[in-house]
Amino acid sequence: MGDTLIIPGRYDKIQEACQFVAAGAAQAGLDDTAVFHVELACDEACTNVIEHAYGAEDVGQIRISWEVQADRFVITIHDNGRSFDPDDVPVPIPKDVANGASDFPRVGGLGVHFMRKLMDEVRYQFEDDGNTLVLVKVIE
Amino acid sequence: MSETNLNLTTEVFKRVTLVKASGRIDSSNAAQFDAALKDVLGGGLENIVLDLSEISYMSSAGLRAIVAAHRECAKKKGSLVLAAPSERVSEVFSLAGLDSIFTVYDDVTAAVGSF
Repeated sequence: MGDTLIIPGRYDKIQEACQFVAAGAAQAGLDDTAVFHVELACDEACTNVIEHAYGAEDVGQIRISWEVQADRFVITIHDNGRSFDPDDVPVPIPKDVANGASDFPRVGGLGVHFMRKLMDEVRYQFEDDGNTLVLVKVIE
Repeated sequence: MSETNLNLTTEVFKRVTLVKASGRIDSSNAAQFDAALKDVLGGGLENIVLDLSEISYMSSAGLRAIVAAHRECAKKKGSLVLAAPSERVSEVFSLAGLDSIFTVYDDVTAAVGSF
């Protein structure tokens, strides 16, 4: 069970990617909360691709695939942009966000933080043809 | 760039401006949302109730705009409070660790009445 979608790297196409993985997650038997988590993680991942790997809209495509591996719902997101390791992005500290010490409104660290909190596994790989991000949600 | 559906309406009260957002806030329209909040604050008003009761979905892009407006209100010695966020939207604040930073009211009447 699985499927693949390719979208242009534009913010207005991300919702289509989110609906694509959400439909797959529902088909795989994830409950409503888990489907929401998958949708949001996909949103944050695609947003980061445009912001950080491509650096702007309409620079390249994003390939989104999902598949079921035993009790795991696995999403693979691939782009052809520059190397972007989510682990390099600092996580904003809420206290600093409130008092203005953090640059939270400008950077994408929160998206990476969301992916880590929402998914059971987040893996990243950079090869010659771009970045591959793997997001895993365990089917309970 | 086309945007996903987001509608904003503003109602000015004596001590506070009520901003009602409905639809979806994500990276496609967060800039529009951010600009709308800045417009309200640019008009000299320093207190905002942000009615989120009809927001069906919000990503971290929406959070950034709300945090920026929250800071701007604080600079003007005012405040921004949230009204009636859905369970899903509340979870987004919680995921970011921001649920303790914002004052949240169950309904708009209580939020407006707090000023």
